Amino acid sequence: MTNRLFTVVGLVLLSAQVFAFQAPSGQTPTPAGQAPPGQSEFVPVDQLPPSEQLPAAPLLVAAYAFAWLAVFFYVWTVWRRLNKVEADMRVFERRHGQGREGASGVNRTNPR
Amino acid sequence: MKKMFIPLAVLTAAMFAYAPVAIANAPYESTMLLIQKIFYFHVPAWMAMYAGIAVCGIASGIYLFKGRPAADRLAVAAAELIVLFGAIGLVTGPLWGRKAWGVWWQWDARLTMALLLELVFIAYLLVRAYGGPGSDKLAAAVGIFGMAVSPFVYVSVNIWRTVHPLNTVVPTLKAGMFGPFWFCAMAFLLLFTLLLTLRMNLAEEQAMLDDLYLADEE
Repeated sequence: MTNRLFTVVGLVLLSAQVFAFQAPSGQTPTPAGQAPPGQSEFVPVDQLPPSEQLPAAPLLVAAYAFAWLAVFFYVWTVWRRLNKVEADMRVFERRHGQGREGASGVNRTNPR
Repeated sequence: MKKMFIPLAVLTAAMFAYAPVAIANAPYESTMLLIQKIFYFHVPAWMAMYAGIAVCGIASGIYLFKGRPAADRLAVAAAELIVLFGAIGLVTGPLWGRKAWGVWWQWDARLTMALLLELVFIAYLLVRAYGGPGSDKLAAAVGIFGMAVSPFVYVSVNIWRTVHPLNTVVPTLKAGMFGPFWFCAMAFLLLFTLLLTLRMNLAEEQAMLDDLYLADEE
């Protein structure tokens, strides 16, 4: 009984293997909506097809765009800091002017 | 220099406007083809960075040993530009490498040392920004250190095995590439000079404001 069971299981496995190895040779087109079968082997090629090659133009444009953006960003930060310093300078001068006017007893905004 | 600023700015703008035409007309390199044209911005950016390193290092030395505040302001201005042009070099390089070598980055001697040099000057700026009192002298020492290590970055391709092109590429440029390259290099060095002047102007105004506040407190 046990020997017969082993024989049946062995035959099933053998036939499954034979079927599995034969299947790729007789590949049929995959019906729409079904996942493609697993790849059974990798075939090396020397050259990538043109559709798969990394194009140089986007990288070149990105490089030049980054250079320009970096310079403009830096100029913008300097301009912002310069504006802030000039605003601080005006605040200081206004406060300093008012302080001097207050100390001398003259207040133009409030004559009383 | 302030009188020359506007004419120089116009000249630099004109040079950068013409640069893409000069680069487009330059011949293709035989193995890298189109992507090699990044070279016309990549190497001049490093040249501007090296000009900044020389200015920052020398000005830091003058400040450290002679104590001149103007030299300190010049060193800070140059350090910012080193980081700017270094960032351009470090970003344009991998964009080139991705196509030429198939990888964005390679931890070889040249690329790693260039990154470390950039980090040295980022450290300089961080010390200045957050170091507190006395950080100006510490930063000046960092500036001198940065200048001292920079030649090793330049010669690294000759000493170690690296994927990066050798330094002999620029002196041996053929006629069609030589002109556009030096044109772009001059444009970048002019841009560096203009930005340094602009940043120095800001540093001088900041120093003037600080002096006013200090005088007011006294």
